[in-house]
Amino acid sequence: MSDGHAHAAALHGGAPHEGHHPRLQEQFDDMGQQAEASTLGMWVFLSTEIMFFGGLFMCYLVYRTASPSGFAEASHSINLILGAINTGVLICSSLTMALAVRAAQTSAKPRTQVTFLLITMCFGVVFLGIKAYEYYEKFREHHVPGPYFHWEGQYPKAAEMFLSLYFAMTGLHALHMIIGLGIMTVITVMAWRGSFDEEYYTPVEVSGLYWHFVDIVWIFLFPLLYLIGGHYQ
Amino acid sequence: MDTVVTPPLNYLNDGYGLGSWLLTKDHKRIALLYLVSITAFFALGGFFALLIRLELLTPAADLVQPDTYNKLFTMHGVIMVFFFLIPSIPAVLGNFLLPIMIGAKDLAFPRLNLLSWYIYILGGTVTLIAAFTGGIDTGWTFYAPYSTASSNSHVIMAASGVFITGFSSILTGLNFVVTTHRMRAPGMTWFRLPLFVWSTYATSLIFILGTPVIAITLLLVAVERGLHLGIFDPALGGDPVLFQHLFWFYSHPAVYIMILPAMGVVSELVQTFSRKNVFGYAFVAFSSLAIAIIGFLVWGHHLFVAGQSTYAGLVFSILSFLVAVPSAVKVFNWTATMYKGSVSWESPMLYAIGFLGLFTIGGLTGLFLATMGVDIHVHDTYFVIAHFHYIMVGGAIMGYLGGLHYWWPKITGRTYPEPWAKFAALMVFAGFNLTFFPQFIVGYLGMPRRYAMYPPEFQVYNVLSTAGASILGVGYVIPIIYFIWSLKYAPLAGPNPWGAKGLEWEIPSPPPTHNFEVTPIVTERTHQYAPSQEVRIV
Amino acid sequence: MSGHIASRGFYVGIWITLLILTFLTAWVAEFDLGAFNNVVMLAIACTKASLVILFFMHVRWSTRLTWVVAGAGFFWLLIFFSLGMNDYLSRGWVQGTLR
Repeated sequence: MSDGHAHAAALHGGAPHEGHHPRLQEQFDDMGQQAEASTLGMWVFLSTEIMFFGGLFMCYLVYRTASPSGFAEASHSINLILGAINTGVLICSSLTMALAVRAAQTSAKPRTQVTFLLITMCFGVVFLGIKAYEYYEKFREHHVPGPYFHWEGQYPKAAEMFLSLYFAMTGLHALHMIIGLGIMTVITVMAWRGSFDEEYYTPVEVSGLYWHFVDIVWIFLFPLLYLIGGHYQ
Repeated sequence: MDTVVTPPLNYLNDGYGLGSWLLTKDHKRIALLYLVSITAFFALGGFFALLIRLELLTPAADLVQPDTYNKLFTMHGVIMVFFFLIPSIPAVLGNFLLPIMIGAKDLAFPRLNLLSWYIYILGGTVTLIAAFTGGIDTGWTFYAPYSTASSNSHVIMAASGVFITGFSSILTGLNFVVTTHRMRAPGMTWFRLPLFVWSTYATSLIFILGTPVIAITLLLVAVERGLHLGIFDPALGGDPVLFQHLFWFYSHPAVYIMILPAMGVVSELVQTFSRKNVFGYAFVAFSSLAIAIIGFLVWGHHLFVAGQSTYAGLVFSILSFLVAVPSAVKVFNWTATMYKGSVSWESPMLYAIGFLGLFTIGGLTGLFLATMGVDIHVHDTYFVIAHFHYIMVGGAIMGYLGGLHYWWPKITGRTYPEPWAKFAALMVFAGFNLTFFPQFIVGYLGMPRRYAMYPPEFQVYNVLSTAGASILGVGYVIPIIYFIWSLKYAPLAGPNPWGAKGLEWEIPSPPPTHNFEVTPIVTERTHQYAPSQEVRIV
Repeated sequence: MSGHIASRGFYVGIWITLLILTFLTAWVAEFDLGAFNNVVMLAIACTKASLVILFFMHVRWSTRLTWVVAGAGFFWLLIFFSLGMNDYLSRGWVQGTLR
């Protein structure tokens, strides 16, 4: 807390209650406290997100331990190339997101901030497009769990379980991407209006944290879902 | 308010319209919104309990059919656990007191706080729609595969209601954690925090780390039921024991969500009414954190007879015994605080002392259940029912009522009729014991839970239990009546009717909208009644 | 408001490392290394996640509290996995019982 207090006090001539920043909410003493509270709040929220996805990873762990070969066989059926491309796309979006935060931190022109944010959103849309195509392929091949599920391989039961988890995990992840795109739209509009500079960039920073988190989930989903069937014959 | 003297501006007379309440960002008003809504849910859950007890008055299923009975105990459990006990103390007393106790103007995220109330109301509404358009009969535990494949009731809707309400808990916990870390007044160091803040903080950790797991579990139940995505149903290749692991990973710590805030309340009450600062502050503070953390390691004791490996059962059994240690530390420290204090017997203290005894019984019978051999005998019997009602009703609700009586003058600015309050506290204590103590016996004798019918030889215990429940019910109604009466007719309380120490007692009652005129500077721990006699433990 | 500002080149460097690691993990998956496949792919995934958390999410330059909160989520997940798998991996260990 000390850094923020000292800095804000310096900005406001040593009197935190005079000359408020227009973005300072009334329950806080100064901008530093406000920024630290928001960042901490997002980190706390992300730890709940870890546990939220954690339930699904637990299911994955249990069922994969029960039938490793079945999971490998089923994993072989999903499109490794598309998964790898999507991983790359998300990593690129993380870079542009980090650069967007940096642009706000350094008081870059709104045009620069908006450009980085828009590129980030484009990568997000490309990711969802590729994901939708993968889902379409699964529907076409009758690999969607349920009454119409059809499996030619050795382990139909395990394959159905794998694909149930595949849809649950990637579906929840895609939902988070869609929410992320919604948040980014708001942030982009705010950035376009010139809301962010070195004194106030918390919203960009905090939504960036969320965006990176969604990327991290994918960093684990990619090997666990796509790669375990890589060498399956 | 038509009093002669114009009352000073406070949070209650700062705006009167409906909008000034429904769109408020003031933590104190949001606390009152929660108070009204959880009281409504408590009344509804109590009504279901009443019907259950009436049905069990006779061995046959004569008042309601077994199908209806299944729905009654499910709705009783769902409403009491998710819509009353879990939000009760944190969302009402915690919301009201946390910012004041740490010397802040509000929580860190006031809008998020209001949002969490709306989420709670939305979740509650969805669950109530499920309850009144056909009900659910899975038990509050939603066990798969019954919930995902067999039950013909409104499982998806009820589960969605609980799922939605989970986000309200998460946001409240997030808000409390950030507030405790970032909003403390100058000088309010961690070891000067009131013990209530420590326990609310520990509770918030469970909200944050546990609630998401039940959210994903209920989501999977709904998806499995709706889309036949087999995760838990053995017919679809799933494992029902996995459901139980996921469910209890949250739902066992959820018990600590209920009891920890009550422990915080009792810590405050015991200090105020013994006029003595707590014995071993650091031990009580850290035992809250220890309970929150160890509470996450014990969930498997719900699965002793569910197909879990015997080895895992042993591990969970040992870990469950461990959690008794910090709980016992608290009980001993409260008792030691009262020792040689000048104890006075106001109604909040009656509740606190009731809590001490009932929580001890509830906790010790928990150790019976954590013992694998004994658990095989009493699993799913009324022994379990009695045990967790001693914790939840004898512990959590006693703490909640004690806290409500203690801080009522602060919340409303008015006192309440003390003789009636004492009478109600004694009614609650007597009625509670008469309701639930016979259930230990009848459970040990083998009466299983969740059946509308039972063998005639168990009738005497059930009649006692039903008689106790009616006393308990009256004990709960009396405070509701005199609290409402007090709003208009009771004498003004003044800022500090108990002569207690703590930041909340240094500001007017009811508090002004922004709590403090100037940010307080804290120089010592709360409840320093006799600084010269302070015994330093650490 | 204060906060560390990393250079653009630094972020690009992290990005290139992440892409290389992605390629590496996809390449290694083509070979059958037995259980070692899991070790490699999880090690790479953890490295990638750490890079994102430390640098893109600025934890490297954050308060100790942020480290604790970020770590707590993963630590709790580990508790969940280890006590959960403690059941599944120990089925039938105790002689004379079915479980």
